[in-house]
Amino acid sequence: MIYRETGQFKTTYASDQQLFPILQDRVFVIGALAFAFVAVPFIASDYMFRAILTPFLILSLAALGLNILVGYCGQVSLGTGGFMAVGAYAAYNFAVRIPQLDLLVIFILAGLCAAAVGVVFGIPSLRIKGFYLAVATLAAQFFIDWAFARIKWFTNDIPSGSVSAPPLEILGYGIEGPQRKYLLVLAIVSLAALVARNLTRGAIGRSWMATRDMDVAAEVIGIRPLTAKLSAFAVSSFFVGISGALWAFVYLGSWEPLAFDVNRSFQLLFMVIIGGLGSILGSFLGAAFIVILPLVLNQLPAMLGIPLSTAMVSDIEFMVFGALIVFFLIVEPRGLARLWAIGKEKLRLWPFPH
Amino acid sequence: MEALRRPSTITFFVLLAIAAVMPMVLGQAKFPQWLEVALGGLLTGVLYSLVALGLVLIFKASGVFNFAQGAMVLFAALTLVRLAEKMPLALAIVLTLAVMIALAWLIERLVLRPLVNQEGIVLFMATLGVAYFLDGFGQAVWGSDIYTLHVGMPKEPKIILEGFFDGGVLVDMEDLVAAIIAAVLVAALTLFFQKTGTGRALRAVADDHQAAQSIGIPLNRIWVIVWSVAGLVALVAGIVWGSKLGVQFSLSQVALKALPVVILGGFTSIPGAIVGGLIIGLGEKLSEVYLGPFFGGGIEAWFAYVLALVFLLFRPEGLFGEKIIDRV
Amino acid sequence: MKHELRIKAAALLMAAAGALGVAADAAAQSSKEIFVPVLVYRTGAYAPNGVPWADGFVDYLKLVNARDGGVNGVKIAYEECETGYATDRGVECYERLKSKHPVAFSPLSTGITYALTDKVYGDHIVLITAGYGRADSVDGAVFRWNFPMMGTYWDGADILVQHVKEKGSLKGKKIALVYHDSPYGKEPIPVLEALAKREGFELLKLPVTAPGVEQKATWLQIRQQRPDYVFVWGWGVMNSTALKEAIAVSYPRAQIYGVWWSAAEPDVVPAEMAAKGYNGLALGHSAEKDRPIHKDMMKYLYDKGQGTAKDKSEVGNVLYNRGMLSAILTVESIRSAQKKYGNRVVTGEEVRWGAEHLNIDPARVKALGVEGMLQPVHTSCMDHGGSHAARIHTWDGGSWSYTSELYKSEPKILDPMIKASAEKYAAEKKLPIEDCGKSS
Repeated sequence: MIYRETGQFKTTYASDQQLFPILQDRVFVIGALAFAFVAVPFIASDYMFRAILTPFLILSLAALGLNILVGYCGQVSLGTGGFMAVGAYAAYNFAVRIPQLDLLVIFILAGLCAAAVGVVFGIPSLRIKGFYLAVATLAAQFFIDWAFARIKWFTNDIPSGSVSAPPLEILGYGIEGPQRKYLLVLAIVSLAALVARNLTRGAIGRSWMATRDMDVAAEVIGIRPLTAKLSAFAVSSFFVGISGALWAFVYLGSWEPLAFDVNRSFQLLFMVIIGGLGSILGSFLGAAFIVILPLVLNQLPAMLGIPLSTAMVSDIEFMVFGALIVFFLIVEPRGLARLWAIGKEKLRLWPFPH
Repeated sequence: MEALRRPSTITFFVLLAIAAVMPMVLGQAKFPQWLEVALGGLLTGVLYSLVALGLVLIFKASGVFNFAQGAMVLFAALTLVRLAEKMPLALAIVLTLAVMIALAWLIERLVLRPLVNQEGIVLFMATLGVAYFLDGFGQAVWGSDIYTLHVGMPKEPKIILEGFFDGGVLVDMEDLVAAIIAAVLVAALTLFFQKTGTGRALRAVADDHQAAQSIGIPLNRIWVIVWSVAGLVALVAGIVWGSKLGVQFSLSQVALKALPVVILGGFTSIPGAIVGGLIIGLGEKLSEVYLGPFFGGGIEAWFAYVLALVFLLFRPEGLFGEKIIDRV
Repeated sequence: MKHELRIKAAALLMAAAGALGVAADAAAQSSKEIFVPVLVYRTGAYAPNGVPWADGFVDYLKLVNARDGGVNGVKIAYEECETGYATDRGVECYERLKSKHPVAFSPLSTGITYALTDKVYGDHIVLITAGYGRADSVDGAVFRWNFPMMGTYWDGADILVQHVKEKGSLKGKKIALVYHDSPYGKEPIPVLEALAKREGFELLKLPVTAPGVEQKATWLQIRQQRPDYVFVWGWGVMNSTALKEAIAVSYPRAQIYGVWWSAAEPDVVPAEMAAKGYNGLALGHSAEKDRPIHKDMMKYLYDKGQGTAKDKSEVGNVLYNRGMLSAILTVESIRSAQKKYGNRVVTGEEVRWGAEHLNIDPARVKALGVEGMLQPVHTSCMDHGGSHAARIHTWDGGSWSYTSELYKSEPKILDPMIKASAEKYAAEKKLPIEDCGKSS
């Protein structure tokens, strides 16, 4: 009953094509955004910002990018960590070599660099499909990791190879402290989600989905696989690159290539699969799940009063993680987003029985 | 074998041979040193194929890309080495084999059966989940230290052809013994597939699930058998790698190297896994020793993958793999 | 119906997990105890080396509480956090444990140290990186909160070169550096390159990709290049793999020197007798098991079943001793702070002062029960390391034994490099440089 759309008539094309045509959706999304922007900075603790919210938002941006590639366009990619690294190091190089640039400009340039690299490593997708492509993207991952560890120019000739971001500043306004960092990240991620949603609703998004579902048929009806696949790689890597720059500048502060290794790629793929392939909301849900799970697993034994060594806790984390992935794949292979959609469907009737 | 006669394959091998002997042609290396590196590479390649074999077996029979193969190698090695601390080695091996068969049964029951008609990527993610679970479970039960596996492998190298070449050619005896073990395993597996009833049933299932079911082959039982055989292969790989490196967590990362091997050889071909392994091992070591210094070293990390990638651009299904036919 | 039930269960699980995770905000620590967090790794590729260090560290904290009733009557509360040697997990551990008002962090990873160095400035928490961390953080004028006590990697590199120089002039010789491709492994390179220029030897750099199990090509290259010495700068399984591959190419073990993190039991035991002759840097201590401190460990902890190590025989191993010494330095810093500020729960600022004015003289070393294991530590604003000495110990197939005198690193070479690097960092981060003459 709560989610009924009866009585909501659209009288203009524009209102029919809006992002959230159903009033309840609009209310919910705007409410959530208002809460996130206005209320959270006052009520959340330092720890919440630094350890939960900021990494959650940055990783959901990365998951968003990966979802565009894997969920909407069907190109399996295990090289996401590498593209994040490209974004991070590109941002670092711009910041250090051209310090006059504003931070937002640096992030966009970093995204563009990552997009360029993404297109280059996406070219094999024109010939290779499925798992073969996944392994080919691993080539991108390892090559990029090696390049940033070996080529001194990328790390400004710092001998240890560990670089650190300069103090953050936008238009003269310093970004220090957890609240400001959180707001910066929230703003960027909201904007990115809006852009992604519109892209996937448009012609380009439809060409991606057509390529995913049946690429030969898509080609037959005139969708050029080159543009569809490479644009997916480009857009996906753009978002992933920006998230890499954010991760390095805002969350870590100081990083080395190992921060973006193959485990990161797997983590992002987990987020996308658990959250739901082909769904913007799914990226956020998946990221929340993966970020919160280790924290829960760490606190749970203490809360239940069971004394466990840190080794055992860490091992149990792995086990529970693996088991939960299998569990989710069995219970709902289309991910948390599907659970959300089912929930909304139920709300159309609830509390009435029929 | 007709795959070998295709022009793209022949070109690839010719190019590979030219690239391989390039260091000698350019005067960067003398023959005995080159031979050392080449031999080392070939032997390492055989070790990679051991892991790749398990991948190929499972993919052939059930169409699942088993990412958990590496974790299975680690788990088998851990179980063996910890059991061997308390009982004679032979008994430990038998017990470990029993554990791997039980594991295969569990995986089939709990993971594969509920996911029976899902897309490939979902099954892949499921095996990824199994890999994480096994990693954690193995460490929780058996510990995370480095354990030494004593199976009687020779540790000192042998220097051959000392009369011919100055300094002789170094042959890593442990790797050689491992290569022989791998060869025996492959021969045994080939015999199993060609001569026994179960082997034929496995080939039938690999060919066409539905047809095999319609003639009465029990699919679930076949999958348990396949995963058990893969478990056996994982155990052998675990023994060989564990004896070489010590049984520790990074063993499961070795599986990542098996991926380019399978790509090169084709996902569904056992000889492909061997040939792919040899090529990857050879290419990797030669490139690291002779090409590496120009790039500052460490190119081993990505060379195998880039080689596989380049190869895929010319033959997307691998050397011996089945051609993917798209139906619209 | 069954499917619906499953979905409901999943949704409920999610909600519960979410609530728990969000509520996982760390509770405020009791104000009667000093909180010392320990970042460790007991799982993963670096576990074999991380476990004994963690055991030694935690055991000493337990001992201080059990034997002495705390530091001057104030008990120490500690908590382990598993990082798996991953920088982002280290950062997460740091953020989570920060709210419990820790006084000092020991990250046990150079990579995590780099990440936390930026953060401790604003958070006023001391980073004690005993035997690792940033080599340039010796300069306390820039790195107010970092304390690389006992020695840095630049010290170690210099000392190694001093030692091999004693065997004969290095001019025209070749030294290979097999290093972990991470900030930790790359740290000694600037010093080795400077020394190569000065002494006339050729430095062959051979990086090994983490975690370091692929070293066949590395050692085949070593066989071909025939360097006179090989320095190993590895960690975790890279160490034992390096030794095994060295054995496989018949490179004489007596010519291999490992840094103090590459010369411990987990590294040589897998190769057993074949590793005989392998040398390593001993950071002031080796595998002593019979000092008064070890007897105390047995008496107060292990005999009562309170010991952290799973196996009593781990007590006194190289890495166990190092973890223990790390904890000793932390506690002594707290004690030093209490001397000035009073015997109470001291703050991070106060412990910083304590760490900067640490004076562990030979008498104190003996009183601590670690005679012969710890070189006297004397820190100051200009020198946050406090001690820059090491010697060589060698593995004879069953145990370690010292095979050299104590060396001290050369300030003439290192000081200008440290200053230059610290100043570059301060400029990049726009940090103020303290005037050491004025600090109290």
